Amino acid sequence: MQLSFKKHPAAALVPTTSLADLLPGRQAVIVELDLPGELATRLMTLGFVPGNTVALVRTAPGGDPLVFRVDGAELALRRDTAQQIRIDSESISPLEEP
Amino acid sequence: MLSGSTPGARSVAPGEQSAPKTAPVRSRPRLVAIVGPPNSGKSTLFNRLTGLRQKVANYPGVTVEQRVGRVKFPGARGEVELIDLPGIYTLEPRSEDERVTCSVLRGEMPSVPKPDGVILILDSTNLARHLVLAAPILSLGLPTIIVLNMADALRERGGQIDVAALASQLGAPVALVSASKGEGLEPVYEFLTGQFGVPAPSELPVIHDVPRCREWAMRLGQRARYHPPAPPVWTRRLDALFLHPVYGVVIFAVVVVLVFQVIFSGAQPLMDAVDAFVQWSGQQLKASLPESAWRDLLLEAFWGGAGSVIVFLPQILLLFLFIGILEDSGYMARAALIADRTMARVGLQGKSFIPLLSAYACAVPAIMATRTIEDKRDRLATILIAPFMTCSARLPVYTLIIAAFLPNRPLLGPFLWTRTAAMLGLYVLGFLAAVATARLLKSSILKSEPIPFVLELPPYRWPTVQSLGLRLLDRARVFLRRVGTVILSVSVVLWLLAHLPLLEGRFPPIEQSLAGTLGRTIEPVIQPLGFNWKIGIGLISSLAAREVIVGTLGTIYGIQGDESSASLQAALRQDLSQAGAVALLVFYAFAMQCISTIAVVRRETGGWRWPAIQFVYMTGLAYISAFIAYQVVSWANG
Repeated sequence: MQLSFKKHPAAALVPTTSLADLLPGRQAVIVELDLPGELATRLMTLGFVPGNTVALVRTAPGGDPLVFRVDGAELALRRDTAQQIRIDSESISPLEEP
Repeated sequence: MLSGSTPGARSVAPGEQSAPKTAPVRSRPRLVAIVGPPNSGKSTLFNRLTGLRQKVANYPGVTVEQRVGRVKFPGARGEVELIDLPGIYTLEPRSEDERVTCSVLRGEMPSVPKPDGVILILDSTNLARHLVLAAPILSLGLPTIIVLNMADALRERGGQIDVAALASQLGAPVALVSASKGEGLEPVYEFLTGQFGVPAPSELPVIHDVPRCREWAMRLGQRARYHPPAPPVWTRRLDALFLHPVYGVVIFAVVVVLVFQVIFSGAQPLMDAVDAFVQWSGQQLKASLPESAWRDLLLEAFWGGAGSVIVFLPQILLLFLFIGILEDSGYMARAALIADRTMARVGLQGKSFIPLLSAYACAVPAIMATRTIEDKRDRLATILIAPFMTCSARLPVYTLIIAAFLPNRPLLGPFLWTRTAAMLGLYVLGFLAAVATARLLKSSILKSEPIPFVLELPPYRWPTVQSLGLRLLDRARVFLRRVGTVILSVSVVLWLLAHLPLLEGRFPPIEQSLAGTLGRTIEPVIQPLGFNWKIGIGLISSLAAREVIVGTLGTIYGIQGDESSASLQAALRQDLSQAGAVALLVFYAFAMQCISTIAVVRRETGGWRWPAIQFVYMTGLAYISAFIAYQVVSWANG
């Protein structure tokens, strides 16, 4: 049942890339969580939901984990987790700093 | 201002008066649970409402801490108990924290009655994400007040919310507060003293559907004209520095060295002072009491045994002061982020780093510090490997044996001498055992459930004196209670073992005491390691604390001496071959010869199971490794 909302309705139609490939200072829209149900639900609770915009703010020294801005909060994920999250490649844009 | 008597909002009060508090059904005070996501300020609110009237215990059988306190009402009196539940993002019972929170809220936790009401605390600067939790909490049907915390930060950063509109949408009272400054708490006191109404939200989503819940929360936010605050500018600036690829690592290293330095050297004068006080008060007592067996018991078991552990109190408090500042300021999350890559190699995570570092001073505070690790399996793995780190209690033992058996010669020119190298080698040995054990645990029994590593980086804040003070008080209480119970009883038992049976009404020489008999009894077992019965007595007595073996060996040889005493070293050389000495060092590097550690592991894991497993594992490893070391060195020496 949970599989049905891990994916954005437009998932099949857009070219996607991995969230781990996002450059610092860029943001993009999440399309799909390519993770087992439990994990996906966990991350969705924290804001990594298909349709939501996330930005890569910076990486930890050494390049891993990655620090994302989601719903105004900053959350760090390991690179291998971020690799399982697909983003819409056409939605990638620079993060506007207020 | 905090009188809790705003007339308008008290319109529910008459109903309460008609059902007086003396109704026979209610024999206990009302119980209200504080629930909220991590970093929402739950504990700050709890501390603000209860002050010092709180106690900490563990839920039976789990590693989750239970904090209960009486509400301190400004002015008026009232009987309300608060329970601070573990931080949660959802009510789906996946992790141990969530299971505990769910069972308490549903009234299924055996030791806790079902709460009569709920305080749901959310971070007002982060409402897009936090408001989602309101859906499952409100659908429990318990009387609930929604507390939006960090009102000061919301205001300063230009955010706003219509509290009344949100309250009417949720069908429950809403308060906008700053728990750390104590402002806006009147509605909370009113909720606690007034009649509890069941919430009547205008709509609730299907609570298992995450996107629907988010849409619901967003809709609610719009109707309450929620305007999120501007990003925290200072946090951004500080993160650019603290997470900088070069400066970030340098600052991290400085913090690590500072923690290490403070718990190792900084605490020393304070520990010496406590030690001097224990010694002095012992002398005073000795002088004022007539000579008797009771006086000896009192002085040696109480003052000598438990007193030698009290000495660690300053070290523990300094460590927790440091940890408190790091946590409350928000730097701890950044430190965990920086350490994560390295810790991930052994299957652990960034948050295990500081506890393991402090285990070099003493495993007891280190194990208490593992509370900051939310993932229970990672926490347990950290607890289980912490005693392998070379703690300061091993140093006297290492010093004695190395000095007795290893001549000090330059090894690498003037830079590294043999004795220093041997000491370093023992540090490395303990570290390797910890790493290997971590890998073993994390690839077998403690293999993590598929919960991803997610670390929230909260905005930087100034730590408050109140919060730090309560933390230290709390840790001091926990530590002193343990000294007064477990450690004291063990000290008394060990003292009795060394002083019974009486021979012609006098204490026996230690060889003829129960401890001596025990030492002889275990001699066949420890002979393959190159130890005789005298070392056996030392091993038994050092169960109280590792360094006790030095004093015990002194007693056996009739030498009053410490680890640097030449005559004690000479006596030891009579009884221990070189191979036996190596085996003894290896044994001390691995064995869990420490009652305090066993007691703290029992407390932190909520039962005897893990300390038993840990003791058997470490002692087994120590025995086998010491056996191999003895055999190899004996063979190499011909």
